[in-house]
Amino acid sequence: MRARYVLTEVFLGLWRNVTMTIAMIITMAVSLTMVGASLLMFWQVQDMKEWYYDKIEVSIYLKKDVTDEQRTAIEAAIKEDPLVEHYEYETSEQAYENFKQMFRDAPDMVSAVKPEYMPESFRISLKNPEQYQLAYDRYKDYPGISEIRDQRALVDKIFSILGGMQTVALAIAIGQGVAALLLVVNTIQVAAYSKRREVAVMKLVGASNWFIQAPFVLEAVFAGVIGALIAFGALAAAKAFLLDSGSLEALTDILLTVPWSRVFTTLPFLLGIAAAVNAVTGWVTLRFYVRV
Amino acid sequence: MIRLEHVTKTYPKASRPSLDDVSVGIEKGEFVFFIGPSGSGKSTIIKLLLREIQPTRGKVLVNGREVGSMRSWKIPQFRRSIGCVFQDFRLLPNRTAYENVAFALEVIGKSKAVARRVVPEVLELVGLGGKEHRYPHELSGGEQQRVAVARAFVNRPLILLADEPTGNLDPDTSIEIMRLLDRINRTGTTVVMVTHDSNIVNQMRRRVIEIDSGRIVRDQPRGVYG
Repeated sequence: MRARYVLTEVFLGLWRNVTMTIAMIITMAVSLTMVGASLLMFWQVQDMKEWYYDKIEVSIYLKKDVTDEQRTAIEAAIKEDPLVEHYEYETSEQAYENFKQMFRDAPDMVSAVKPEYMPESFRISLKNPEQYQLAYDRYKDYPGISEIRDQRALVDKIFSILGGMQTVALAIAIGQGVAALLLVVNTIQVAAYSKRREVAVMKLVGASNWFIQAPFVLEAVFAGVIGALIAFGALAAAKAFLLDSGSLEALTDILLTVPWSRVFTTLPFLLGIAAAVNAVTGWVTLRFYVRV
Repeated sequence: MIRLEHVTKTYPKASRPSLDDVSVGIEKGEFVFFIGPSGSGKSTIIKLLLREIQPTRGKVLVNGREVGSMRSWKIPQFRRSIGCVFQDFRLLPNRTAYENVAFALEVIGKSKAVARRVVPEVLELVGLGGKEHRYPHELSGGEQQRVAVARAFVNRPLILLADEPTGNLDPDTSIEIMRLLDRINRTGTTVVMVTHDSNIVNQMRRRVIEIDSGRIVRDQPRGVYG
């Protein structure tokens, strides 16, 4: 019965100040979408690190004019090398086939490259990818080698770009988050002012403090929940319309697919953060700014 | 029932205390007037008893409980045992007489069923039978004050406080309100009334405590305004 009173008050309060309510919800939704996006990116990066680091190879590219003895010598060294997990040898033709496969969406690039341009290579998987430097030092002086490349360096570049994007998303999240919380503070002050007579009577007759405060705090929490749901909708839409079938589909090759289950997992996070932060902000506002 | 022991209250930035070492005791069932000029400290007593403010020094005891140092979270419960009416009635303008009284019940957790039973009774008691559905702006000053009294009394509090309840009322209506408060006092409720309405005080002939500049200067069992 008391719950019904409180809930009615919450909705009436939100409706009376509908413009402020909408402003609150929008800023919260933007902030939470950014939080959700950076959360998803974080999880993807964790996945990617696992997946890629498994497959990381040291690529030893051979010169065009490598002799058979040089090649044999290199292969022998690799075979005996205790650092090597396993290795593969890739001919120019195989390299060209792989190249065609990787850039199948860019036929112009493929036609510009001839098979002769692709060097042969030994692809080495190290037992411990951290030991790249040791492998490099061992092979760099062998004749016939044109270049030794650590693919991890390339992948790390991607990771740092993603890290940068994550930082940007978080920065937006915080900026909008601050704006959202200030709106919450303002909304609660306005709401408390417009209900000052009722609050005064409630305090006079001895209504318990939480009963007086609950409608205001719940207004903020409710707006936060709506914002979280909108944010979740935005993330799901991004997955469906950008990642799965749209302009960013190509990215999924590198970034790995973002499974739906993961998108759904963001929902409890967003709801929890929204509810908790708004409840605390509401309560603090009431306590210190408004004499409730 | 009520006891002030060496109570001093100095508001911040005030040059002199509002109440200066005041000690007084009020028994259960008494009817007491606090009189005195404006600024003498009368309203401060009401605020102390309601725990709206705390004494700078001394003890405020209500029904044996020390109100001055009560923890904040116990205050709402305490206030349910006290009813208070004010000079400006303090009704909610967008609710009917019935709803104003029922509000006081609802916000302390009583069900609508309880309200349906008790509110008409108490409105009858204050003489507003039949006017439950009027809004405050549809009631006269005296009737609004009756609603306020009904709201204060509906929970059968131990003490009824009244801070200049007749301040906005004409002399005849004031007498009616006083009769009402007298009826309530006769049910055993302790009544403490702050006023500077000399007519009322002279007609009622109850205990009169006069305060001047924060000190008690007179305490007579059947006093007049003087």
